[in-house]
Amino acid sequence: MDALVMFLYDIPLLGLLFQFGGYVISILPTTGPIFLFAAAPIALGSLCGLMNERSGIVNIGIEGMMLTSAFVSAYAASLMVASGATVGGDAPFGASTPLIVGVLAAMIAGMLVSSLHAWLTITIRTDQIISGTIINITALGLTSYLNQILSKASPPNAGTFQPFIVPADIVELPVIGWFINAILNQRPITLSIIVLVIAMQILLFRSRWGLRTRAVGEHPKAAETVGIDVIRLRYRNVILGGIFAGLAGASLALESAGSFQNNMTVGRGFIALAALIFGRWTPLGAFGAAILFTASEALERSIRFVPPPGQLGEIMIGIPLQVYGALPYLITIVVLAGFVGRSTAPAAVGQPYERERRH
Amino acid sequence: MTGSEHVAAPALEMRGITKRYPGVLANDRIDLDVRPGEIHGLLGENGAGKSTLMNILYGLAVPDEGAVLLDGQEVQIDSPADAIRRGISMVHQHFMLVPVLSVADNILLGEETMANAIFLDRTEAHRRIDELAQRFGFEIDPEAPVGSLSVGSQQRVEILKALYREARILVLDEPTAVLTPQETKEIFAVLRRLAQEGHSIVFISHKLYEVLEIADRITVIRRGRVVGTTTPAETDEEQLAEMMVGREVQLTVDRGESSPGEAVLKVDNLVVRNERGRETVHRVSFEVRAGEILGVAGVAGNGQDELVGAITGLRRVASGTVTLGGSDVTGHSPRAMHEAGLAHVPGDRHRFGMVMSFPLTDNLVLTDYYRAPFARGPVRDEAAVAEAAIGLIERFDVRTPSPFAAGSTLSGGNQQKLVVAREFSGDVRLLVLDQPTRGLDVGSIEFIHRQALAKRDGGTAILLVSAELDEVLELSDRIAVMYRGEIVAVVDGRTAVKEDIGLLMATGGRDRDGSPATGPGPASTTGSVA
Amino acid sequence: MTGPAGEPTNQPVPPAEEAEAVEAADGARAASALRRAWALVVVPLGAVILAMLVGSIVILASQVFIGVEIDPTLPLVAYWAMISGGLGSFNGIVETMVQATPLVLAGLAVGVGFKAGLFNIGAQGQFLMGALAAAYVGGQLRDQPALVAVSLAVAAGAFGGLVYGFIPGALKALTGAHEVVTTIMLNFVAISISSYFVSGPLRAPRSPFAQTLDVGNAELIVLFGRNGHVGIFFALLAVPIIWWLLWRAKLGFEIRTVGANPDAARFAGMRPRRLIALTMALCGMLAGLAGSGEILGRVGHLTAPYATNVGFDAITVALLGRANPVGILFSALLLGMMKAGAGQMQIQAGIPVEIVDVIQGLILLFLAAEIIVRRLFRIREARVGLEELATVTRSYGERSA
Repeated sequence: MDALVMFLYDIPLLGLLFQFGGYVISILPTTGPIFLFAAAPIALGSLCGLMNERSGIVNIGIEGMMLTSAFVSAYAASLMVASGATVGGDAPFGASTPLIVGVLAAMIAGMLVSSLHAWLTITIRTDQIISGTIINITALGLTSYLNQILSKASPPNAGTFQPFIVPADIVELPVIGWFINAILNQRPITLSIIVLVIAMQILLFRSRWGLRTRAVGEHPKAAETVGIDVIRLRYRNVILGGIFAGLAGASLALESAGSFQNNMTVGRGFIALAALIFGRWTPLGAFGAAILFTASEALERSIRFVPPPGQLGEIMIGIPLQVYGALPYLITIVVLAGFVGRSTAPAAVGQPYERERRH
Repeated sequence: MTGSEHVAAPALEMRGITKRYPGVLANDRIDLDVRPGEIHGLLGENGAGKSTLMNILYGLAVPDEGAVLLDGQEVQIDSPADAIRRGISMVHQHFMLVPVLSVADNILLGEETMANAIFLDRTEAHRRIDELAQRFGFEIDPEAPVGSLSVGSQQRVEILKALYREARILVLDEPTAVLTPQETKEIFAVLRRLAQEGHSIVFISHKLYEVLEIADRITVIRRGRVVGTTTPAETDEEQLAEMMVGREVQLTVDRGESSPGEAVLKVDNLVVRNERGRETVHRVSFEVRAGEILGVAGVAGNGQDELVGAITGLRRVASGTVTLGGSDVTGHSPRAMHEAGLAHVPGDRHRFGMVMSFPLTDNLVLTDYYRAPFARGPVRDEAAVAEAAIGLIERFDVRTPSPFAAGSTLSGGNQQKLVVAREFSGDVRLLVLDQPTRGLDVGSIEFIHRQALAKRDGGTAILLVSAELDEVLELSDRIAVMYRGEIVAVVDGRTAVKEDIGLLMATGGRDRDGSPATGPGPASTTGSVA
Repeated sequence: MTGPAGEPTNQPVPPAEEAEAVEAADGARAASALRRAWALVVVPLGAVILAMLVGSIVILASQVFIGVEIDPTLPLVAYWAMISGGLGSFNGIVETMVQATPLVLAGLAVGVGFKAGLFNIGAQGQFLMGALAAAYVGGQLRDQPALVAVSLAVAAGAFGGLVYGFIPGALKALTGAHEVVTTIMLNFVAISISSYFVSGPLRAPRSPFAQTLDVGNAELIVLFGRNGHVGIFFALLAVPIIWWLLWRAKLGFEIRTVGANPDAARFAGMRPRRLIALTMALCGMLAGLAGSGEILGRVGHLTAPYATNVGFDAITVALLGRANPVGILFSALLLGMMKAGAGQMQIQAGIPVEIVDVIQGLILLFLAAEIIVRRLFRIREARVGLEELATVTRSYGERSA
């Protein structure tokens, strides 16, 4: 076995590929759980974008929606703690009342910001990209401002959700043990992403809602003539999409950081947009893209701490670490430009819909 | 054709419908009644108020006055969904189909067959669609994406959509505009069949002979008013035309004699591909001489757009040559073509012909902005632009409050006059007219036709491409028939017989796809192929 | 087109007759120019006022958050401190102009894009690349004569931005990749690139922080006040140049035609793809100039990460200025004033400087929801909008070559 591996590794050039494969396999058990954890907010953001863009509304405001939700969730949880709710406790995932309230508040916040986006783009017919920009700018300003004000009072902390502990017997199963652990050893919102992605994929392509949504995103006028209320469907989808952004924000604040920090999304909303495009506007595709993008980040971290040995190691250490950070963005540009396959948005995305004048 | 029996209440009655838009009285006390099992022709010019009336019926507009009655009951239709619920379906002129969705999904949309509260039952839906398609003799694959179908098949999908919804009243808005005469015959057969089964059909058109052929009764509207209701037996084309236009119309402009000179445009073995890379013009050769109009007849989508694009430099030429005035201009840019003496009235004037938000002045120099006297070096000369524009506006009678008003403030007819003014002025050797009168009122059509003839008499070579066979017949000295990317015949414009050309347009003169000719009709296939 | 009535009209000049038409029209045009200017200005003005009002509500509400007694005069105190901080002293005014300088240039970078139907969200990245190039060349030439060092460093910054703007332009021209997405992505790539260079090859030796060498002689000279550097004049000069380019030059006509209707532009013999790439390069150059002005005029070196919000600010400025160079100048001065005075506001009124960002977002919100402004202030002037924006989003879902 070892001899075979050595042989494969020594093949010129191709060997590097095997070495890389070997390295990835060697770091997977430790980085695996981080993959899904880091990918979840991005995938959730993508689902938010999907709800918008599949019904014909561009959403570049995912970042702002996530940021607002993250702030609201942290603040709501903190308020609950301040008003005497217990923290910790034996509930599964360590789900104390403040944390649950925080998640709910985040979902509502996401929906509220989305309502603004819906109103601006659907009713006012503002340029959809500008609407998203407004949301990003305002969210960043307002959350930073409020956070600055609130931090003076040093608000109490609600902590974070706890991951599900996979029984040791399962983790130690050969070959698949680490994989099961990577998926299940997660906090609740992260765990939910798998269910949400599959559900959205099925709903989009097999349900009445999905059919209507796709029709509205491609040819709203045709949908209107068969009696579908384009405006209402778009409103509903955009607002419901806010729930996903809300969950993404809550995941950042209550699963990962445990508090709010200024601009804590640091571009994840834009990566979510990238994942949506890379995944060709499908839930599964976007999820896959989110995992891939996170892998690139994880690789950067691994290389910094445990660089691969040998020839591969020399090469990989030689590559500036920043490359891994930039990779998701570069890949998205490549895909959008159609150098490797082509990714096109739903046909009606971006165009404001004007109903025939009724009066 | 079922005769209309003595039925108590009409299936549909519209009574005293009035609809005002700012500055326009779109419908003025319009009465219309359609009996069960009747095909009712609704005839009128563009802008006569047909669409407004049908939008009211379909819940897309609210009448200011008047009532809509179904089976004698007054109803209030407030949305398309409501109209569909009441058994009214509409086949729009521009198909309302989602190209990326399958035939079945398009038919289902809005009226989904459900397996449960959330999910579709596609198996059952396919079964029902197959059943309906068989009943009417449609051959259609429910799984195929609609975008991949021919125009005729797409229209069948539209009709299936209506049938799937069990529509009793079917409104067809200009259904034959994009069809070949052959496909038109087929659709007529379907409509008769539907009427026999008791459906009521409103057939909207401005083509007199079609309405005479298919309708049981005909209502003519003009400027928002009903001029009269009649039956094909009681009337003829001339009378209908008079009703529709309001005065005795001369159906043809006197084209006069032409005296063609030497060839200005020579197209030799031209091959052009469309956006998707499919070859849509196959080795086409023809020439246009100075002082003649060569009309290209053909059903829309048979390669005319690509042909025009290749000649005007807007599309790439795959192979073959284009010669203008003796020099090879194959693959030259629009700018180079313009400088070689080509002028072009584009088929889609909103898209290509003008910039809506720009003032008339800028629009009138759109193709000449870059050279003297409108620019010196890198700088524009606004005064020269304004002066030239004001002259053109007057010469071509463009009605506008100001030469600096935005193009979007003009009416459709005046917008086209603006394009014509720009393209007809100056020293033009070859004039390409692509659908020059589409969607215009009779007055503007006449004006543009006269201008074209004057240009011809001045020695310009004119290539006229039009989906309106009547227009081609009226103006052309020679007619080239285009079918599936080839020119299948060139005939003399003065002796051409409309039916023969129609048949050439439909079949290319050869019965290659072996589709059986349904229904009676002139069947001289070989007639005048040159 | 919101209401059934009130269709947009371009303020038709009264009918002019035949021979005297040109002169008559000229006169009428001059008269309507004022009205048109007012129609352009009135909505942005209303939006700013409304944003300040809502901003004061935010200030009041935030007192509730931290549970102190509500002081109804606090917004006034805060705004007064901000305005007097930005305009109340010579140094304040200089600081306002210094703050406005990159905003003018980057605002033009976004505004010119709008005119061509492009939404350049990438001013941030182009700024950063310009800053990097200027910092590199400036650092290399720090001991050369000032004239040489400054002009080469500025040119390098402009060129850095130009290249970085050209990339999304060329991508759009060649492949149809939408510039909104590519420029957002490139903004992040720019962070990676500058972070690599600043913390790696270009890192100043013996520096405890990740930063480049000081630019030395390449520094822009200070002409007045504490830091009124010569870059201010770049910005002031760029405004009339860009205005002339857009409204008087052939190239500007071509850019505007492509923005208003790319198909008609092709028909007219222009080359939309080339113009798109060219315009994006021009936009990038302007943003790059902004970046070099900051490095050479204010900071002296590039750090990693380099904290700036110039990309968002530029969008605000361009939208508030209606993509008009003169409008952009005034919008940039307004925003620059707020930024210059924010520090004094924080000290005097205890309001965090981030309130400026909040107001900025609110201005954009009210600009977008123009109807609110119109209703509240009973504005009757015709809508003068950014027609080109229709081109921006139209192309998003297009299945082009």
